[in-house]
Amino acid sequence: MLPLQILLFALAAPLLNGWVDMLRARLQNRRGPSPLQPWRNLRRLFAKEPVVPHTASWLFRMAPYVMFAATLLASSALPMLTVQTPLASVTDVLVLTGFLTLARVALMIGSLDPGTAFGGLGASRELMLSALAEPTLLLGLFSLAMTAHSSNLAVLVGHLLDTGMMLRPSFLFTLLALLMVAGVENGRLPADNTTTHLELTMVHEAMVLEWSGRHLALVEWSGHMKLLFYGILLADLFAPWGLADHASPAMLALALLCLMGKLAALGVVLALTEALLPKMRLFRAPGMLNLAFLLAVLGLFSHVILEHNP
Amino acid sequence: MLAMGLAMAAGLSAAGPRSWERLALQLLGASGLCSLAAGLWLLLGGPSDAVVMTLGVIPWHLILDPLSAVFLLPLGAVVSTIALYARPYLLHIETGFRRPGVATGFFVASMILVLLAAHAFPFMLGWEGMALASYLLVIQHHEESASRQAGLIYLLVAHMGALVLLLAFGLLAHGAGGPDFAQWRAAPASASAMAALALACLAFAAKAGLVPLHVWLPLAHPAAPSHISALMSAVMLKIAIYGMVRLCFDLVSVQSALGLAVTMITTGALSMVLGVVLALVQQDIKRVLACSSIENLGLVTMALGLALLYRTTGHAMLAAMALGAALLHVLNHALLKALLFLGAGTIQQACDTYDLGRMGGLLRRMPASGGLFLLGCLGLAAIPPLNGFASEWLLFQAALQSWQMEQGILRSLIPLAAACLALTTALGTACLLRLFASAFLGQARSRPARRAREAPRAMLLAQGMLAALCVLSGLFPGLLLMMLNQVTVALLHHPAVQTASALIITPVTATQASYAPLAVLAVIMIIALCTAALLHTRKRAALRRVQPWACGLGPPTARMQITPAALAMPLRQVFAGLLSIHERLGSPQGRRYHLEIADRTWDLLYAPVARFVMSLSRHAARLQSGRVRLYLGFSLGTLLVLLWVMSW
Repeated sequence: MLPLQILLFALAAPLLNGWVDMLRARLQNRRGPSPLQPWRNLRRLFAKEPVVPHTASWLFRMAPYVMFAATLLASSALPMLTVQTPLASVTDVLVLTGFLTLARVALMIGSLDPGTAFGGLGASRELMLSALAEPTLLLGLFSLAMTAHSSNLAVLVGHLLDTGMMLRPSFLFTLLALLMVAGVENGRLPADNTTTHLELTMVHEAMVLEWSGRHLALVEWSGHMKLLFYGILLADLFAPWGLADHASPAMLALALLCLMGKLAALGVVLALTEALLPKMRLFRAPGMLNLAFLLAVLGLFSHVILEHNP
Repeated sequence: MLAMGLAMAAGLSAAGPRSWERLALQLLGASGLCSLAAGLWLLLGGPSDAVVMTLGVIPWHLILDPLSAVFLLPLGAVVSTIALYARPYLLHIETGFRRPGVATGFFVASMILVLLAAHAFPFMLGWEGMALASYLLVIQHHEESASRQAGLIYLLVAHMGALVLLLAFGLLAHGAGGPDFAQWRAAPASASAMAALALACLAFAAKAGLVPLHVWLPLAHPAAPSHISALMSAVMLKIAIYGMVRLCFDLVSVQSALGLAVTMITTGALSMVLGVVLALVQQDIKRVLACSSIENLGLVTMALGLALLYRTTGHAMLAAMALGAALLHVLNHALLKALLFLGAGTIQQACDTYDLGRMGGLLRRMPASGGLFLLGCLGLAAIPPLNGFASEWLLFQAALQSWQMEQGILRSLIPLAAACLALTTALGTACLLRLFASAFLGQARSRPARRAREAPRAMLLAQGMLAALCVLSGLFPGLLLMMLNQVTVALLHHPAVQTASALIITPVTATQASYAPLAVLAVIMIIALCTAALLHTRKRAALRRVQPWACGLGPPTARMQITPAALAMPLRQVFAGLLSIHERLGSPQGRRYHLEIADRTWDLLYAPVARFVMSLSRHAARLQSGRVRLYLGFSLGTLLVLLWVMSW
């Protein structure tokens, strides 16, 4: 079960990014690449010879593997098709964010290792963005966990399914906060731009500049998986309908269809925001992240004050 | 007991001729091992040990109970490793070997005395001995004025704290009818006990370096030699925590500790945030670590406040959980911080500086030290599955249970504390990443850093032992929590976590949360190894080394890479309100950039007080006119007033 979910997740991840890229191209009146393009890119990169700066140490070569494994582990503990997941009994939602941090730390260490100008620049910017985004993520998850009195993801999602659709102010605030965080963490507009190669503005792209070949492929693949991670996390927490509570083929097929629908809708939202919003100045981004943090705090307070259920 | 004797002997033998130095360190190591063994022996089921000694008329009750044993564990581990580390380390320090030896022995002995004391007199004696011995260690480089100033401030804070503590103990002894801890435990709750508890907590907060009494800490830690800094940060600060736990949860009973609990939570949260922001911008590697100690002690205090709050509102089970989290963090932080301070000493010997801006690229020159330092950084940054994460996770779980509280205001205080914790965790990761990257990654920024050599084997072994303990306690937090359960059962009648086995910890029930670090690590290793094995096949294993990209301007030089100050610049801008930052371009051509960052607490709190005292003394100085007649008049006046008082 666990290897199956890991494999499914890893293989599906590039498709979401491809879908968003295609939508964005259509919104900009371009034909755009097919949604399979990220897959082709990965295949090409894996076939290429990796080039390593001679100033780099062993950490530079190890970082992509750590990043890949940590992201994949975090993702495989998410309820993807079924509510129960194999890893739910040994991790919880706080541990998952810990593993996302591990992946990010590996990325930053790798980018700082060769001692180039771009890597350092990107890392210093990412240091700020992630240090401000992570507390919001933790806090948002914390207030959702307080709703179910549990930080175990399977129990949390099960609780949300059982209580059914209910308009909770805390969920609204938390959803907004988590959407902003998801955008920033995935290097999306308006905080960062995945398609830029302009030195003055790039964050994530500056960090990955020195990697190539299979190393770059792993880093990019981790990026795809992170986007899918956030997609599934948001779908699980705010629209858990359709998740299978036991693993029969019919239920699984239905769950897969529901998930694809939800992710396609999220992709549309993401593509629309990216088409409409311009890139923000770097020092405007803390303002946005502070807003997200404030929203998460508000969500927590409104839960504690308005929705207290002993 | 034996451990204390050995530490004293170590101090004494260090006072002897130079050839005894080796013996002194061996004795110190033995005392560390003894404390470790005593602590483990008790926590693994041995009976508690009580000794009464008499010194003149003062009875010395020394008792080893589970709480003391828990604090003896980090003390023992750190003391025995620094004894191993100190010999090769001190060989490079040309001056003043003998004095640190004497003071170190007495320092360790008095810390053990504080932990074992069951009577106010030996406690105060150990407390004062600890302050004085560490003062001697802080001013070891007394030829430097910065060192002397740091020592003076440290001594001042330590003695203010000791005076306040003495007052608190006086009140308690008065209320309970004697200075024995057993009498205090039996005494009924009273208002004076509450006041004494608050005073004692103030004294402990000064020792633990909590905001706003933290100013001595970033000055004193860097001034001492690295192994002493490790001892101070990893053990001495924890003694203050021991005092808080002992008084709040064991000795003093009060009607309602609500105010104290809320104060502890707020102070802890403030210390956490300010400590980590200060740590983020420091340029001196030991100052970074010292400020990070403020952060972590704040975290522990917050957890203690949470425990006190839960206990006061009648949730003893949750109180035990929060207390368990606090104690687990005490152990973890002690191990990690000792590892990092020893690493800082290693770096200093290799590069001849503590300035982060003059290091860089050390990982290639010192791979073993670099790996160990990285492990310490990741652990302290609360990255799973290392040990710093386990205690923060448990604290989050304790905060998550706040829905059980009845009062809405208190219930919303805890999530706010959790928000501070989340912010601190994220900033702490950034801070430690910057620390590691500035020292070990990139290219060398100075000549000594380019020629750095790997540290001697004994120093690496000492750090390796600490690192191994960190990894073990990260992977098997259940084992530590099983020991901590004894403390929480003794103090609060509930275990810290309901189910703790070697592999998995479950704070409440399995449906609420559980954490199994080893299983998680296994999955991550399997994924990483499978990926690596799949990719490293046949022809694809080869890779090519090239020049890094510098926009076609030839090979990038060390000056093109980012500096430690620039790495923290975006976050410094965001938190500029908490710091006082002075930037200027130095020379007339404007080619030098100076950056000075100071703690605003000095300007906001201490400077006004100092100005007030100075103006008061200037007014008082007017009395000193130098005229003899006036002085005679003063004497006459005083005499008259005294006579009047006597007759009245």
